[in-house]
Formats: sequence, structure tokens, C-alpha cells
Amino acid sequence: MVNVITFIIAGAIVLGGALGVIGFPNPVHAALSLIASFFGVAVIFTIQEAHFLALVQVVVYAGAIVVLFLFVIMLLGVDTAQDLRTEPLVGQRSLGLTFGAILLALTLGGLFLSGPGGEDGAVALTGQESVVRPIDAERSQIEQLGEDLFTRNILAFQATALLLTIATVGAVVLVRNKGGEDLVIDEPGRSVE
Amino acid sequence: MELTETWYLVLSALLFSIGATGLLIRRNPLVMFMCVELMLNAVNITFVTFSNSLRDLTGQTAVFFVLVVAAAEVVVGLSIVVAVLRRNPEADADDIAALRG
Repeated sequence: MVNVITFIIAGAIVLGGALGVIGFPNPVHAALSLIASFFGVAVIFTIQEAHFLALVQVVVYAGAIVVLFLFVIMLLGVDTAQDLRTEPLVGQRSLGLTFGAILLALTLGGLFLSGPGGEDGAVALTGQESVVRPIDAERSQIEQLGEDLFTRNILAFQATALLLTIATVGAVVLVRNKGGEDLVIDEPGRSVE
Repeated sequence: MELTETWYLVLSALLFSIGATGLLIRRNPLVMFMCVELMLNAVNITFVTFSNSLRDLTGQTAVFFVLVVAAAEVVVGLSIVVAVLRRNPEADADDIAALRG
């Protein structure tokens, strides 16, 4: 029962934050509701006993990634509210909402109409519990995760190392200011409206 | 009332749809990136849900890799956005076409 209440509150925060991201005209407000949404997801992870991932979710997503967003917003001074009342591309909003609704209907349809019924959830869909890498309740989860990462997934792990290096180099190359071209920085007093 | 996987999966579907809708209706490239992050989080919820219900660790490993790829994607994507917005601070999604050589 406690889990149900926690789930409902966390789910409301997740969905409310997500609606805030697409609803706020000002990108700074959107980034702040993104943090709320990420925290809600971390709570959902905690209910499901993925404690390490909940921690990483807060540190990496709510910490690093959103700070990166806010940093870019502030650096470029694009923190002015967008006019959401006018629609530059006629029909974009209604079409977008229609496609979103179709996507939701398809995913929910796939969830509730597939397999031998929704009652047993995932077990009903695939038939049986894990035999590949079962979770050992006796040992700590971070230990098992590390073991899985460094044995079965070592190639993927090294590939991500390469990916991160390439991403860092790419970011430096893209943003490097060659030729002494001046940065466009907003004048003081203009920024927030 | 018991908390089954279906609850989590419905939440995940809702979050994914909100993210996809936002990606389609918003025109600010930064907000569009945030919507992509929402969609990635929805997928992460699904992974953790199946990991928990099937008692299998593979789902959690997958979430780990999604996190890494999301970080790399944000780094490269934001630097492209910085490069575009630096020339024109009012740029929206259409102005990304200026990247064409």
C-alpha cells in the first residue's frame, strides 16, 4: 500500500514535470521541470529496488545533464520566453498532438492486448523468469552490476569509452572559435523578461 | 491494491508519448533536446520494470548504457545548438537547415 501511494506521487511528479517541459514558454522553466521529472524517475527506480540506478539518475541526469542545459541557456542568453500563442508553422501543433495520441494508443494497445492478458504483466509476456543473469538478493546490487558490466558487456563498455572520447573531441571541434569571430553575448539588462 | 508491472509500463508509455509530442510541437532546439531526454527516461523505466519483474540484471545494465549514450548525445547535440544559436540567438528548428553545406 505504501508503494502504491509512493508510486502515485512519484508518477504525478514525473508526468507533471514532463508536461511542464513541453508547456513552459521559457527554456529555463522547462529545464527546471525536467529536473522534477528526473527526480520522480529516480523515486520510481527506488521503488523497484534499483538503488544504484536511482543514485546515478540523480547525479548524472538531474545533476550533469540539466546543468549542461542551463549552462548553454545562460551562456547564449536565450532565456527569453518564446511566444507560444502564435503558430509559425500552421497545423504543426494539431498534427503533433494527433501523432502523440496515436503513439500513446499504440503503446497502450500493445501493452494491454498482447500476450495472455495484462494481469501477470511481464511474466505473462515472456513466459518465465530470468535464467541469463538472475539478481542475487544476497549480494549487493552494485557489485552484481559491475560484474555484469566487466564480464558479459566488456566490449560494449569499451565501445562507450570510445564513444565518449569521440563526443568530447567532437564538441571541442564544433564549438571552437576559429578566426577570432566575436561571441554573441546578450547585453546586461536585456536577458530575462 | 497491488503494484503490478502494468502500472509502471503505463507510466512509461505516457512519459514517452509526452516526450514525443513535445518533440513534434516545440520549435526551440533546446526544449526539443529535453523532450528526447524524457523519451530516454521512459525507456529506462521500462528496462528497470522488466529487470525487477523478471529478476534479471540485464535490464539495469541496459539502463547504464542508455545513460552513457544520452550523455554523449547531449554533449554533441548541445555543441551543434551552441554553434547555430551563436550566429542567430533567435534560431528555431528550421534554422538548423543552415548547417547544410
